[in-house]
Parts: sequence; structure tokens; C-alpha cells
Amino acid sequence: MSTSRSRGAPGAPATLDVEAIRSDFPFFESGIAYLDSANTSQRPRQVLDAMMEYFTRYNSNIHRSVYRTSMEATEHYDATRRKVREFINARSLKEIVFTRNVTDAINLVAHSWGRANVRAGDLIVLTVMEHHSNLVPWQMLAEETGARLEFVDIDDAGELRLDQFHALLEQGPRLVAFAHVSNTLGTINPYRELTAAAHAAGAVVLIDGAQGVQHIGVDVHEAGCDFYGFTGHKVLAPTGVGVLYGRRDLLEAMPPFLGGGDMIKAVFLDHTEYAELPQKFEAGTPAIAEVIGLGAAIDYLRAVGLDAIRAHELELTEYAMEALGEIDGLRMFGPPAARRAGVVAFDIAGIHPHDLATILDRHDVCIRAGHNCAMPLMHRLDVAATARASFFLYTTREEIDRLVAGLHDAKRIFA
Amino acid sequence: MTADDQFYREFILDHYKNPRNFGRIEDADISHEEYNPLCGDMVGMDFRVADGVIEDVRFRGRGCAISQASASLMTERLKGMSLEDARQISRNDVLDELGIEISPARLKCALLTLKVLKVGAYGLAGEEEDDE
Repeated sequence: MSTSRSRGAPGAPATLDVEAIRSDFPFFESGIAYLDSANTSQRPRQVLDAMMEYFTRYNSNIHRSVYRTSMEATEHYDATRRKVREFINARSLKEIVFTRNVTDAINLVAHSWGRANVRAGDLIVLTVMEHHSNLVPWQMLAEETGARLEFVDIDDAGELRLDQFHALLEQGPRLVAFAHVSNTLGTINPYRELTAAAHAAGAVVLIDGAQGVQHIGVDVHEAGCDFYGFTGHKVLAPTGVGVLYGRRDLLEAMPPFLGGGDMIKAVFLDHTEYAELPQKFEAGTPAIAEVIGLGAAIDYLRAVGLDAIRAHELELTEYAMEALGEIDGLRMFGPPAARRAGVVAFDIAGIHPHDLATILDRHDVCIRAGHNCAMPLMHRLDVAATARASFFLYTTREEIDRLVAGLHDAKRIFA
Repeated sequence: MTADDQFYREFILDHYKNPRNFGRIEDADISHEEYNPLCGDMVGMDFRVADGVIEDVRFRGRGCAISQASASLMTERLKGMSLEDARQISRNDVLDELGIEISPARLKCALLTLKVLKVGAYGLAGEEEDDE
């Protein structure tokens, strides 16, 4: 599949062969228009096959047995770590920790780095557009340590108020944590600039990459961020696997998060010597099949190419925003298409997003309706909930047309 | 789609667009609100009670047609009812009154008002509502 899923002359931006891509995803045989990839993505056969091959041909535990299937399982598991390292351009394999998801990754940092480094009165800077996963762990840490939280607001376009951001940096925060891409507004935050400014102020920087790594891509080395987390199930991989990138010197200095098997070098009744990175942070038998699936997902994304994916999603977002903009009473949230990822949150006067989603479901169109795990952002926008359509490399204009048709039907029912 | 027309039956849309007993009661004897943690929908109710009978009830809230219509319907049912009788209202009573197939994802919308009643008036934790 390496060349057949995108095409274009060398040097010209590749365009996606969406039909060829869709034929890799068994889900689409259902005929359902799936516009909820920001929630969870679909998974291609290549990912499912890689997992099935593990289960059926070399199913064994890793890192502890000497027979061949165990060694093969270990080899495939470790291969994913190399693929992740290349995908996000980390310097070392020791900087790639497998977690359950991005929530798990951020909690790891909040517990392990946070407890060792954050003291009463310290400042943690977040933003009002954060997903609960990059908010609640910091509230818990603040409650425990007496640290205080400040939030960077958004402007009317749904973009971060950089004046506020810089003003807060002048107070010398310990930590600055923000989303690479907003899961509701689609806003693409300028993570390189934000990271550089936060570093100049002496802060450690954590980026929630759940909506960024698969649509925009990240170069953690170039950005110089200290922590970057993402989640497998949003990047064509299965649920149950995520990644925490952490700068090596920070991870080395941090105490372990969970204790148990696999994270030890030697155990005595009265003390334990911990394993080297990254095993120090991977206690217990991990999600082996899921990690192998993540490796296949990264192969898939890289073969298609993130530039081609971004171009495709931008084109769809422009198309969708134009079509939705023609519906009376429909209001969209967030910046113009060029400055957002493939996410469009909206509401329609007089029809609650839940009712929209129920009617769309009857048209076989899947969207998210609710607070998108970003309740503070809902309060900021002064809405109880939004409807949200989101796109990925397999999304088509025809699916967006079906969304628009379903919305017209909802308006008819609620007229 | 006819399926949607059946789901969003006329009386549900009517209660959603023209909610009955909407607003607040000054100096209410009982006042309570609940949120649906999954979607942020809210229903609050105020009761005026005399001799164990609900003399007046009003609701406020924001949310989908199902949650708001079910609150509006509930206020009509409760007016003039004794607290003793109101305590017996079950989730099946609420779902029967709506008379539509509620998917598991929407059950909490339909039962939010019942939770306001049970927790607000009787201090029940609402296990009944949380067991699906």
C-alpha cells in the first residue's frame, strides 16, 4: 500500500486516493457516514491483521521468556517503539513510554513529575480549551500540593489569547500544559512558539497531542517540548495503547508511577532497584497486541503521508464549513478552516445537539454531541453542548453531504 | 423519515417548544437541580408543598427535547399529587409516558427529571437511575 494510497507528481502535494484508502477499512462496508474520528478513528485491515497475526501465530508474553515466539513478540513490540520515535522525531527510544492512552500519559506526568517538582504556591498554566484529560489531573495535583492553576482564555475566533499567555509567563510558572489541537474548536495551537516562550520563562511544557499527531504531525525534538502525549485509538490503532514522550533527563529524574513486574532491575524484600528507561514506567504486562497494532497504524499513516492527509482534511473542512454555513440558524465555533484541523463544532438554534445526533443516527450519520469532554470550554462559549463533525484521511464529501441532508431533516422535524 | 417523526412525537416536541410550568418559585419548600454528567444537560425543580401535597411545581433547565419534555410532562403529573404518591413514580412510568423507544445512550436524558425529584424531595441517591 505504500504508494497506492496517495498520488501526485514528485514535488507536488500528493492527493489521497480516498476510495483505495476506504477499501482498507472494513467498517465502511456498513455504509455508515462516520464523522466522529476526533472521538475514535476507524482501523484499517493492516492494523487488524497485525494484531490477529500476533494472537494466532506468536501469542506470548514479552521481555521474559527465551523461546522463539516470545522473542518474536518482544521484537514486534519493540519495533513499534522505534516507529513512534521516528514518527514524532524523538532522539532516543528511552523517551518513548507506552501507556493506556493520553489520559494515562498525563496522569503519569502529574503524579510522578508533579509530586516531585510542584510545591505550594507554584503556578500551573493551562488553557480554557483543554480536554478534561489535560485539566483534571492538574486540578488533582493542585489540590494535593497547594499549587495554583491559571487558564489562558480564547478570543472570539477560538484562538488562544497570546497576550494573556505571555502575561502569565511573567509570573514564572512551573508547568505550562496545552492541547496541540483543540478537540472542539479544531484550533491548531502554535506549539513551537508557545513552547519556546514557556521555556524562556523557565517552565516545563506538556502538550496534549491527542488531536494533533495524526493530522498535523509533531517534531518533539525541534519543538523542544518536555512531554507530549497521544492516544492510539485516534490514530488508526486500537484502544488501550497510548504514548508518552518525555525528555530523557526529566524521565530519568522522575520516580516510577506504578510499581510491579517489568519495571524492575532487582527486587529484595526491603527495596527495589528500578529498570532503565522506558521500562521504569511500564509496569505489568502491557497491551502487546495493541502496541503491535499501533506500529502498523503508524506505518499506514506514514505511507499515506501526513502532508497529504492534512491537505485532504483542509479541503474537506472548507467544503463542510461552506455547506454548513448555508443552513439557517446554524452557528459554527472556532477559527477559519485554514487555521483549524478537520473538526467543526456547531449548533442549530432551537435543536439540542443530542436531538441532532439522534436524527442523524437514523440517517446513518455518526457525529459527536455533548460537551466533548471540555465542559469549561462549553461554559466559555456559553453553550450546554455542541454537535461536532470531524474528518480523517478516509472521509469523503459525500459523507458531509449526508450530514447536511440529515440536518435539514432535523430542521423539518423541529420546525 | 417516518422513524424520526415517531421518535419526536408531536406532544414531545410541543412540550419542548412550549414547556409547561417553566420558571422558578419564590421561597420554594424544595429546590433541587441535577446535571447529566455525560452531556451537561440540566434540570432544576422548585416545589411548594402544603400538608404533604405538591401545590405548585416549576422547572428550569437546558438540554435536549427528551430531557426538557420529560421535565415538562413531570410537572403536569406532579401538580396536586401527594409527596407520598410522587415517591412511587418509577422509571417505567416516565418511559411509558414518553411512549417512545429510548436508546441506552438517551436514557439518562429521559430520566434526569426523575432523579431531580427523587434526590430533591426524598434524598434518594437515585441508584435506580444509575443502574443501566
